[in-house]
Amino acid sequence: MLQDRRVPFRASGYNPQTYGAISLLTLIATIALWQLAASQGWISTQFASSPEAILQSLRNLYASGELWEHLSASLQRLAIGWVIGTITGIIFGLLLGLFSIARSSGMALVSALFPIPKIALVPLFIIWFGIGEGSKIVTLVFGVFFPTVINTVAGVDAVPRGLIRMGQSFGLRPLSIVAKIVLPGALPSIFAGFRITTATAIVLLVAAEMIGAEHGIGAFVLQAGNLYATDDLLAGIVVLSLLGLCVSFVVGQLERVLLRWR
Amino acid sequence: MSDVALDALERRGIGLSVCAVSHAYRGLKALEGIDIEIPPGEVTVVVGPSGCGKSTLLGILGGLVAQEAGEVVLHGDPGADCLNPLTYVFQDFALLPWRSVAGNVSLVLEDHAMDKAARAARVAEVLALTGLTEFADAWPRQLSGGMRQRVGIARALAVRPAVLLMDEPLSALDAQTRDLLLDEFAALIARTGVTTVYVTHNLPEAVRLGHSIVVLGRRPGRVREIIRIDMPLAERRPDDTALMAIEQRLWALLRDDAAEAARELA
Ligand SMILES: Nc1ncnc2c1ncn2[C@@H]1O[C@H](COP(=O)(O)OP(=O)(O)OP(=O)(O)O)[C@@H](O)[C@H]1O
Ligand SMILES: [Mg+2]
Repeated sequence: MLQDRRVPFRASGYNPQTYGAISLLTLIATIALWQLAASQGWISTQFASSPEAILQSLRNLYASGELWEHLSASLQRLAIGWVIGTITGIIFGLLLGLFSIARSSGMALVSALFPIPKIALVPLFIIWFGIGEGSKIVTLVFGVFFPTVINTVAGVDAVPRGLIRMGQSFGLRPLSIVAKIVLPGALPSIFAGFRITTATAIVLLVAAEMIGAEHGIGAFVLQAGNLYATDDLLAGIVVLSLLGLCVSFVVGQLERVLLRWR
Repeated sequence: MSDVALDALERRGIGLSVCAVSHAYRGLKALEGIDIEIPPGEVTVVVGPSGCGKSTLLGILGGLVAQEAGEVVLHGDPGADCLNPLTYVFQDFALLPWRSVAGNVSLVLEDHAMDKAARAARVAEVLALTGLTEFADAWPRQLSGGMRQRVGIARALAVRPAVLLMDEPLSALDAQTRDLLLDEFAALIARTGVTTVYVTHNLPEAVRLGHSIVVLGRRPGRVREIIRIDMPLAERRPDDTALMAIEQRLWALLRDDAAEAARELA
């Protein structure tokens, strides 16, 4: 005979949360463990330095003005290269997204050029544009341009046809349809591309600076490595990771403001 | 719906003639030899089974689908303040999610020479008319389906249309909301006398709104019958026996085609 039983709850799990305190503690514990290992001599400071020494190195670099010298050179290249690559990428992406001829020829070129590892082109760009700023910025522009084009085209394709038909049915001008319907509709996809292109840009920046630059975080890290100055080398890497964090924070904020309708 | 400013949308004498219109999609005949007069100031309802070409016909009327043969002629002068003579209200509302309610209405005015204050006044006026004033700054995603379609109506009224083209404007809504909005449509159309072409599957809607009801058959879409209802919109009640009889007749006309359509792949 069946007995009366309470219905058990079966839907627990598969719903992970992020607890801020645990995240923070993990980071702090990792750094503390590293410091402990270094000060106890478990690891060689010549190869891995220590958090304290890295901090000291950062302080010195800051006080001497060297930090800013390298960082400003890098930031400038990053900003110029990323902005040019992004703007041209969005413009080309819109053209490819909207016009059959542009799409047919443009997509063929983009598909052919996109898979090239951009770092491999740095020597070529140095031959074309010289060892100075030109080749570095062109490397960044090149690396940012293609993913931006691809994401913009995907974004344009994702704009519901019905919204464009609506615009046409109300007699909106073609430029208004592009500016007020197509572009905003493509924006979520374009922003998803920003996350990729900002990360790519930092990688290419460091690579280009390592190949031939006096200033810049990439150049600084390379010099420190040549001198076995692990403190400085890791200080440079800390700066780079902070740079990455800041950039993705800015992109996130921009996204929050511009896509708040979602 | 509030009565404010309804008079600004005064009756216009715009009619449409559909002459021998045919259309096919890649060899599939959707419409064949359609002749319909759409008289000014009346509601012409188009009913028919799924896939008989109702949306195609409405698209041809408003210039969104290029017909293969035949022509559509607009009669009468829409007047200088009419910014978009043939204006759609869409089944899926077609609102821009990145614009507020007011922004969606303003969109269709922004390409016209109109100073900012006049545009804001026009937007406020149509929002008041559709009971949306307090939602002016809301995003579309925050609204219920019924409210979204009200925005669609407000947007259509903002351009002072000569002809409203509505493709199943209520079919995405739940039954209660549909009834409420249907009454509002009837009141609005009766008050403004705007010429309307209204596509629907729903026969109670058809007899509630239509001055004439065009019944389309399928494969290819042809006019099977045109039924006239001369009772004024304001007098029509859901339990009116004459209207119920017409509804029965429509159903008898549609039944076989509808059954056949239901057995087919979409
Ligand atoms: N863009 C298109 N390409 C190809 N065929 C189409 C297209 N649009 C519609 N059709 C076909 O043409 C016929 C008529 O379509 P239409 O959408 O006009 O019918 P409808 O009466 O509005 O149907 P429903 O009641 O389902 O809305 C259908 O068989 C449909 O499959
Ligand atoms: Mg349809």
